Amino acid sequence: MTAFGLLFAVLTERVRWAVAFKTVVFLPMAISAFATGVTWRIMYQQDPSVGAVNALGRVVSEAVSAPGVLSSALPSVTALQQQGGGLVLKTPLHPGSVALLGLTGIPPDQVPKSAKQAVQPKPKPGDVVGTVWRDFKPGGGKPGVVEQAEQGLPGVTVELRETTGKVVQSTKTNDDGTFDFSNVGAGSFNAGIGAATFAKPFGGYAWLGPKLITPSLLAAYIWIWAGFAMVVLGAGLSALPRDVLEAARTDGATEWQTFRRVTVPLLAPTISVVFITMIINVLKVFDIVLSLAPESVQSNANVIALAMWRTAFEGGGNYGVGSAIAVFLFLLVLPVLALNVRRFRRET
Amino acid sequence: MAAAAPAIEVPTPREPASVKILAFVAKAPVQIVLVVLGALWLVPTLGLLITSILPAGDLASHGWWQIFSHPSRATWSNYDALFHNHGLLDALKTTAYIAVGNTLIVVVIAALAGYALAWLDFPGRDWLFIAIVGMLVVPLQMALIPMFRLYNTFGLYDSVLGIMLFHVAFGLPFAVFLLRNFFVGLPKDILESARIDGANEVVIFLRLILPLGLPAIASLAIFQFLWTWNDLIVALTFGQNTTPITVWIFGQLREFGTSIDVIAPASFISLVVPLAVFFAFQRYFVQGLLAGSVK
Repeated sequence: MTAFGLLFAVLTERVRWAVAFKTVVFLPMAISAFATGVTWRIMYQQDPSVGAVNALGRVVSEAVSAPGVLSSALPSVTALQQQGGGLVLKTPLHPGSVALLGLTGIPPDQVPKSAKQAVQPKPKPGDVVGTVWRDFKPGGGKPGVVEQAEQGLPGVTVELRETTGKVVQSTKTNDDGTFDFSNVGAGSFNAGIGAATFAKPFGGYAWLGPKLITPSLLAAYIWIWAGFAMVVLGAGLSALPRDVLEAARTDGATEWQTFRRVTVPLLAPTISVVFITMIINVLKVFDIVLSLAPESVQSNANVIALAMWRTAFEGGGNYGVGSAIAVFLFLLVLPVLALNVRRFRRET
Repeated sequence: MAAAAPAIEVPTPREPASVKILAFVAKAPVQIVLVVLGALWLVPTLGLLITSILPAGDLASHGWWQIFSHPSRATWSNYDALFHNHGLLDALKTTAYIAVGNTLIVVVIAALAGYALAWLDFPGRDWLFIAIVGMLVVPLQMALIPMFRLYNTFGLYDSVLGIMLFHVAFGLPFAVFLLRNFFVGLPKDILESARIDGANEVVIFLRLILPLGLPAIASLAIFQFLWTWNDLIVALTFGQNTTPITVWIFGQLREFGTSIDVIAPASFISLVVPLAVFFAFQRYFVQGLLAGSVK
């Protein structure tokens, strides 16, 4: 948090609309930690079509690798087997064979719009032909047989492989599900559908689940307090003696050197104040855990203040243990208390 | 945010256009980074606002950004329903009572105490102030259990007064600290001449200290108001039927998925008041923050 604040403070010194930026970053300071928790809970929802963070994740992941057309499909006959995420027809094919790649488990809304009645192609000498189709019709149908009212699956990439697995040809199916590998040499082949066709769409990370709840809380907490660190450090920055910075630049120091060797040491007292304030705040975190974390994962994001409150007031009513936790919390801030008192005794 | 502006504006000589363009290009990465960060800081609040004006049915299947493609789905019905919800209205009223009452009490006591600690001579004054400084960092969790039992004994449990008094107790150290430090910095000779002119302490306090100390008092009032308005833990501990808005929303959180059309607008109402206060008194807010942490 301190680092973020420093970064913002330094960056904002350089632009003209710094005031607008500072106001925006500072806004969360005025909002209650509780409302912030609710706000971020909406952002963090797991379903990428509802939660904004995962929606962003989906955009990125789809840009990297598109989800397959038939993410939920399963083979309809035993000869068609899973292999490396894709499917391979185990029956050997020769020039003149017909490959029937039947798939089931495809919900109607996932069948591509252009799909037509599936057609079983006639064998062609020298070619391997076949169909990829939805081997299911209302009422069931016979597995492995292309029947009336079963739809072909267009746009599926079919690969012709040698028995070693090497891909010789690849093609896309037509609207009726048919495909045709022409001029296939002599020998034995397999037909398969590549893994990309079955790639699952991005399901979203469980930001509110037991594993990720702590980083999620951290991010929301930074969102609240970065503004505070920025304003205090910004004030510290503008109070720095300008001539020292100028001198460093005149001596030929780079921006980074000036920052690292002049700004940070001069700013050290302010940085330590911000740091200590942050630590005290973090020790007392309470509201945001209650509102951001769903009840079932709150024990995975347990903090001292929450542990104390739950022990004493929720369910058990165990005031003794609750008080002990509170005293422990107090012991943790005691050094800061001593520090404060010492500083003021020196001043007065 | 005047506090962070550079102290002295050095008038820059006019530069040729080419230099200006170069400087602009050099700054571009910084500008882009800041725009992205600014968006990052703005989006969650915006998301809450938009969520609050969409019907629950639409929110189950699509995110709040659907508003950009279907602006017609926006509706005031969530807010309409809330303003006819007695639970929420009562909660708002309770919150306002606690926040305003606490702010008034704290400001009055702290102004008097700050004046005494800054300008009146009495034995043990410095020790008293050091004790107050020490209490600044005491976590309020320390007092929850003992106060809970005391309140039960004295019948203050589940009352606006009880919650308010607890806030007063834990708001005072910071309040006294802030005001005393500000009052100490007031010019001494004005006070001296007033004393020579025969003004008594009450007159000095009312006619001199209060007007001169207004900036500090204003920031203190804003802080107290925001703290109590935003509080959850105190009200959750000491109230059962006396529920301020945060506790009321907390009660709805169990059905997060289904009652999002209640939670989102209620949360937005709860944060609109602090935001309004923040924008109206931004200057004092920042000043108080700096005084509390740097001095």
